[in-house]
Amino acid sequence: MVPTIESEAQLRALLTSLSGVDAVGAEARVAKLSTRSIKKSTKLAAIEMAISMVDLTTLEGADTPGRVTSLCTKAMRPDPRDLTVPSVAAVCVYPDLVAHARSVLGSSPVAVASVATSFPSGRASLQVKLMDVREALSAGADEIDMVIDRGAFLSGRIGQVFDEVVAVKEACGDAHLKVILETGELVTYDNVRRASWIAMLGGADFIKTSTGKVTVNATLPVALVMLEAVRDFAETAGPTVGVKVAGGIRTTKDAIRYLVLVNETVGSTWLTPNLFRFGASSLLNDLLMQRLKQQRGAYVRADEFSVD
Amino acid sequence: MSDRPLANSQLGSLEYDPAPESAAIAKLKPSYGLFIDGQFSEAESDAQFATVNPANEEALSMVAQASALDVDRAVVSARRAYDKVWSKTTGAQRSKYLFRIARLIQERSRELAVVETLDNGKPIRESRDVDIPLAAAHFFYYAGWADKLDHAGFGVNPKPLGVAGQIIPWNFPLLMAAWKLAPALAAGNTCVLKPAETTPLSALVLAEILEQAELPPGVVNIVTGDGSTGAALVEHPDVDKIAFTGSTEVGRMIQQRTAASHKHLTLELGGKGANIVFDDAPIDEMIEGIIDGIFFNQGHVCCAGSRLLVQESVADEVLRRLVRRVEQLRVGDPLDKNTDVGAINSAAQLLRIRELTDFGESEGATRYTSSCELPQKGYWFAPTVFADVSQSHRIAREEIFGPVLSVLTFRTPEEAVAKANNTNYGLACGVWSEKGSRTLWVAERLRAGVIWANTYNRFDPTSPFGGMRESGFGREGGRHGLEAYLNV
Amino acid sequence: MSEARLDVRKTYKLLINGAFPRSESGRSYEVTSAKGAFLANVAQGSRKDLRDAVTAARGAQVKWWNSTAYNRGQVIYRLAEMAESRRDELAEHVALCEGVNARTSQKTVSASIDRMVWYAGWTDKIAQVLGGTNPVAGPFFNFSIPVPSGVVGVVCVQESSLEGFVDAVLAPLCVGNTVVALASERRPTPAVLLGEMTSSSDFPAGVLNIVTGPSDELASVLASHEDVDGLDLSGVTSVDADGLAALGASSIKRVYRPHEMESDSSLRRLRAFVETSTVWHTIGQ
Repeated sequence: MVPTIESEAQLRALLTSLSGVDAVGAEARVAKLSTRSIKKSTKLAAIEMAISMVDLTTLEGADTPGRVTSLCTKAMRPDPRDLTVPSVAAVCVYPDLVAHARSVLGSSPVAVASVATSFPSGRASLQVKLMDVREALSAGADEIDMVIDRGAFLSGRIGQVFDEVVAVKEACGDAHLKVILETGELVTYDNVRRASWIAMLGGADFIKTSTGKVTVNATLPVALVMLEAVRDFAETAGPTVGVKVAGGIRTTKDAIRYLVLVNETVGSTWLTPNLFRFGASSLLNDLLMQRLKQQRGAYVRADEFSVD
Repeated sequence: MSDRPLANSQLGSLEYDPAPESAAIAKLKPSYGLFIDGQFSEAESDAQFATVNPANEEALSMVAQASALDVDRAVVSARRAYDKVWSKTTGAQRSKYLFRIARLIQERSRELAVVETLDNGKPIRESRDVDIPLAAAHFFYYAGWADKLDHAGFGVNPKPLGVAGQIIPWNFPLLMAAWKLAPALAAGNTCVLKPAETTPLSALVLAEILEQAELPPGVVNIVTGDGSTGAALVEHPDVDKIAFTGSTEVGRMIQQRTAASHKHLTLELGGKGANIVFDDAPIDEMIEGIIDGIFFNQGHVCCAGSRLLVQESVADEVLRRLVRRVEQLRVGDPLDKNTDVGAINSAAQLLRIRELTDFGESEGATRYTSSCELPQKGYWFAPTVFADVSQSHRIAREEIFGPVLSVLTFRTPEEAVAKANNTNYGLACGVWSEKGSRTLWVAERLRAGVIWANTYNRFDPTSPFGGMRESGFGREGGRHGLEAYLNV
Repeated sequence: MSEARLDVRKTYKLLINGAFPRSESGRSYEVTSAKGAFLANVAQGSRKDLRDAVTAARGAQVKWWNSTAYNRGQVIYRLAEMAESRRDELAEHVALCEGVNARTSQKTVSASIDRMVWYAGWTDKIAQVLGGTNPVAGPFFNFSIPVPSGVVGVVCVQESSLEGFVDAVLAPLCVGNTVVALASERRPTPAVLLGEMTSSSDFPAGVLNIVTGPSDELASVLASHEDVDGLDLSGVTSVDADGLAALGASSIKRVYRPHEMESDSSLRRLRAFVETSTVWHTIGQ
């Protein structure tokens, strides 16, 4: 079971007991896995799997109800001509657009995810962050994507990072909590591993790489380290936690590399939208294009699919 | 949370469809002659033998069996080329020939990769990503030395040795040819290369490349054949240098036979490398490193990390993760781009691996064998790990040269070093720890020519490679590699 | 009238593991000067003495190598100091053994001592000359260092009783090997004297071992001893060397045979018994 964390010292001891990550080895491992050749029926299955794992995302200052409507429509029926294409896992929006998204999605299986806790910087008081979460929930969000306090983490106040995750988890109640580590700001793989454990010990249902708002977003080696963390956590400490990779994943080739990484690091248990997600927007159209190409055996026009 | 189920939660695993590289890319010919004096010719006796694809036991091509007469023709040609042409060719000119060869290898890399995989049984991923690029890199590296020998640290105007006889093994056929030829030619020697009996094909494609590079006839001669061909080369009185890579047993014989001659000698022989794992090792990368250390190239690697020495306090955890990882290895068709472990190179090698592993079981070690399905035809051996191995077990002392790992434990760094050094070999070792000071302490004490810290089985043309003690002498790679071909 | 004082003669013994035993066989052999006059009964080393010497050398090797290069230089320089202070005695023996005049023998001693100083200076430079970092194509720090082969057996040249001995013995020592030396069979006393000086030169026990006795017999023991890593065959004829080199092959020994054109400044001797050890380490945050 998950050890109950009662003090920062105890948390620190636990984190220091984690193995280090050798950057060269981790990068070599993903480079090798990236050469996996995924063809034919495997490719088609992987594409459909990836579609079902997409958190279709819009997180812009210029977001409007109109844009969210168009996104939700696409989320429910990615390819209106082919209803065998699965719907995506969720749409992901700012809290003020949750209610609108909820109303468009209605009773569809597509979930509403909302970023909260003063996304993307997280630079606000805990009260403000919790208020943010509660508003998103009361507007109908199924999933909350929170950010950790990277400043606190980097200055060694890991107890504070942990407490915030615990507080947000409590505020979430039954809603799924995804904890964004913002790995591009944590920089080292050792930090990624430790932050993953803080999030999981604090009650995260998912750990997520990035906000998509900094220079470095999801990378394969970071995903590898996080997948190793959820695997080890499930084996030794507690529940099965999901992983969400977000930011910069635009092509089918990228998505398949992540799926191969999941397949060969944690195994097929994680190859479900319950436990693996892509936070993305333009990825979906490429997946649809490649799917059609697989079926037709010829390359297709980009304009085959809607620009949302 | 709402009671809405998450979408499509039933989606499951990812089985990879076969992704085979086309064998036709190899463009193999039905038969190959000997490459002597810039031309392919039949053996004097017309004798030939079949080279076989170890993955399915089908014959790939017929190659010539060179006799002592043929070897003599090759040596005569090499001597003539040395006297008349190569010793008068400037370093700058030699350099440009080597650059050409390097480029041509790159240009024909896909073909060479397929040839190598067909003839050797190694996964196409390895021949494509390791063997062939490194072979080209080796020629590139030594190309640059040919006109800079004055600066290599052996005094001004160092002289070549003359005619070099080079005998290479079957585990990295083209790469070993590159390791031998590139420094020899850069230093100004001419060569007679004898590829391994079971893997002659990539060297014969290399011969075509040498033709395309317009290397003067006789500068490199390639004679295929069995052990008797190699012996003829070793015994030939007009050979100035023997460079051999292979077993310690044969190396010892060659050293004995050349002792009473003027021949210079370098030997790169067997090993029983220890991979030492401390309790603070980066565990995930370390598991990958152990896997690379012993299952790379089916364990047909002289520097393989075939003895795993684990700190006792983490032994159970390491073994658990290791066995789990071994189960994941994809064993099968070497031409499939997703294959991790290919075929054993020959029936004879398979027999030896079986003998030693059977012995391991009878000695009381605990055996874990991958449950992977093995193809019906061809020579195959499932990845295997032996736990509870003692220092005195045969599987801890003898080179198995196959996908078989022996796991032993230690308690202190001193004990780890003592156990690692407790062998007549001294080729390579690995050290896994996040503590730099201890890693260097261990590295300083290991009797091995190559020490990999937090990595394993890495090679580079700039990095000297070679053994201590019964793993041989002389270095290949780097500035050091020139010494083997200079009279200094 | 007083009687002429009867001088006290020295027993010439072996040097094994820092001690000066007589041969375990109890035997000795007569060594004469170049002119045929009786010089000494020198200990006749046996196979067992040689075995003990190899054991001693093996036991001392790791410690000698793990001492600093600076320290090894100091020890060898100290030997030069000792030799300088006893140079007349050395010169007298060189003159007797080699049958040369006093002036020549003094020159030989000077050259030998200068050679010691040369080697003393090499101990902490050879790694920079033979080693270095290698620019591999990847995120690795990669360096090569010369490390000693281990235990080196030296069959010293027969003619040059002091200078030849110094070269053959100090080259492997200076790079961290330990040595079992077979001194010149007919001219052993300068080597024995130098051995005595090591005991006042901070040489750790076992680092240099000197055995006197029949070269032919002892050389083959040394060549076939599997715990000897390197073999210097300077002191045997070419024909004998072929056979000894073949014996050495049974344990893949490194074999040094002098080069016809080798100059004093050549590093060939220094390179003969070093191994290149290459270390790779990952570079990452």
